Amino acid sequence: MTCQVRTGSRLLPGDRTLAGHVARHGTRPWCGDPWQREELIREVERAGLAGRGGAGFPTAAKLRALAAAGAGRPERRVTRVIGNGVEGEPASDKDKVLLAAAPHLVLDGAVAAAELIGAGEVVIVAHQSVCEIVGHAADERQAWGWDPVPVRVVTAAGAFVAGEASAVVHWVERGVATPTGRPPRLDLRPALVQNVETLAHLALILRYGSNWFRSAGSPEEPGSTLITVLGAVRRPGVYEIETGTPVGELIELAGGAAAPLGGLLIGGYSGTWAEPAAALPLPFSPAGLAAAGASPGCGMIAALPRTACGLSETARITRYLARSSAGQCGPCVFGLDAIAGRLERIAAVGRPGAAGRPGRLAAGGGGDVAPVHRWLGQVRGACRHPDGTARMVASALRVFAAEAGLHAGGRCSATSTAAVLPVPSPSPSPGPGPGAGPGPGPGPGEAWP
Amino acid sequence: MKARLAVDLIACDGRGLCAELLPELIALDDWGYPMLARREVPAALRGEASAAVQLCPKLALRLEAGQAAGS
Repeated sequence: MTCQVRTGSRLLPGDRTLAGHVARHGTRPWCGDPWQREELIREVERAGLAGRGGAGFPTAAKLRALAAAGAGRPERRVTRVIGNGVEGEPASDKDKVLLAAAPHLVLDGAVAAAELIGAGEVVIVAHQSVCEIVGHAADERQAWGWDPVPVRVVTAAGAFVAGEASAVVHWVERGVATPTGRPPRLDLRPALVQNVETLAHLALILRYGSNWFRSAGSPEEPGSTLITVLGAVRRPGVYEIETGTPVGELIELAGGAAAPLGGLLIGGYSGTWAEPAAALPLPFSPAGLAAAGASPGCGMIAALPRTACGLSETARITRYLARSSAGQCGPCVFGLDAIAGRLERIAAVGRPGAAGRPGRLAAGGGGDVAPVHRWLGQVRGACRHPDGTARMVASALRVFAAEAGLHAGGRCSATSTAAVLPVPSPSPSPGPGPGAGPGPGPGPGEAWP
Repeated sequence: MKARLAVDLIACDGRGLCAELLPELIALDDWGYPMLARREVPAALRGEASAAVQLCPKLALRLEAGQAAGS
């Protein structure tokens, strides 16, 4: 997808150079005074900042818990802050756009977090498409003698699950991007892992205060947030919005629907399908989207045109998610594969352009949907990957129930077979380094605007 | 102090011994991996639960004491 940055005022458009960044926001917020730490964390608490990586956990609570973890128990001390800019979601671009546009805001926040919890190092794990930009920013800061702790930039692994918090720690420490489970099975050093957008908000709160932060967004979930809108909209891209803005306004912000909509996938590929009519009036916030059983997740909204088949899109995404399993837990490996396979069979029935007559295909067995429901209750693992996939599939079976009925009768309502949601093609080894995988974003030589 | 069962799904290989030894609490899913009916082990089943934990060939089943934090 193309990347367009529009509107916004807090995070975007940022300044890539340190001089420009300082001209706009002033010097780095200083949080190194141990006597002021608790007061600063309380200010973050008053701001009501919640994590922007998907889980939405209150940032102040995390900072406080990790700041206290080291007290009296040196072996539990959190040694590093990891800025999570892996963004393995193929349809999400907001973290890449942020890192490319305002790397110093993210680095300010990460360094401030390190000061607040007494960590001695900052590591930013950045998607390979923006790694060079962030590395450049870190070099510039080092030349200026800007930060009290060393800052490292690491290229993210290219896999979907590489962005899961324990997988990020694993990657930084051992160069293996797989989740480690809870409680961690490996003796990895404790780290504070925060999404890069969360860190950018933190840097602003520590400069401008909680009242300023709360002057945007809804009182329950204040502030601004970055979203990625894609699919059947006229201007797909990354936007900065106030939390609680109705979903319909976000579609308008992205140029409006390019075609009548048949479904909205909200919160990422592990998110929730929703009926457009039900979802459009809802505020884009955890509380608002709960009415449709959805949550903001990674901030993605994908609009599916009515000309496409929701079951086919779901089958394609599910196959991708099954392929993206770290391969560690049996129920995830076998369960997601079974669900994807059955969805593919159901979706293939009656597809326009499919070989043979619809009736005969149906007789060949699109397959019963019942086992999918059983498998959805059985997939599980050491991380939330299977749970998220199951939630997405369950919502698809609700929202596209009528379509499933058509497919059971050998027909499909779609008039187009063009894929709407982007899915990376299979890569043999999602390893580290540039050129690791066919990830989203600009190819080699292309730059973010 | 109540004992709670936990499965390390990364270590688990689906050998199925646990479900044979402790069918009251452990069933197998469609692929042969253990599903816990509930995590708390009643006092009457403490012996069987300990045996299942000790005989797991992958050391993937464990008994945790008390109200362990987390899921």
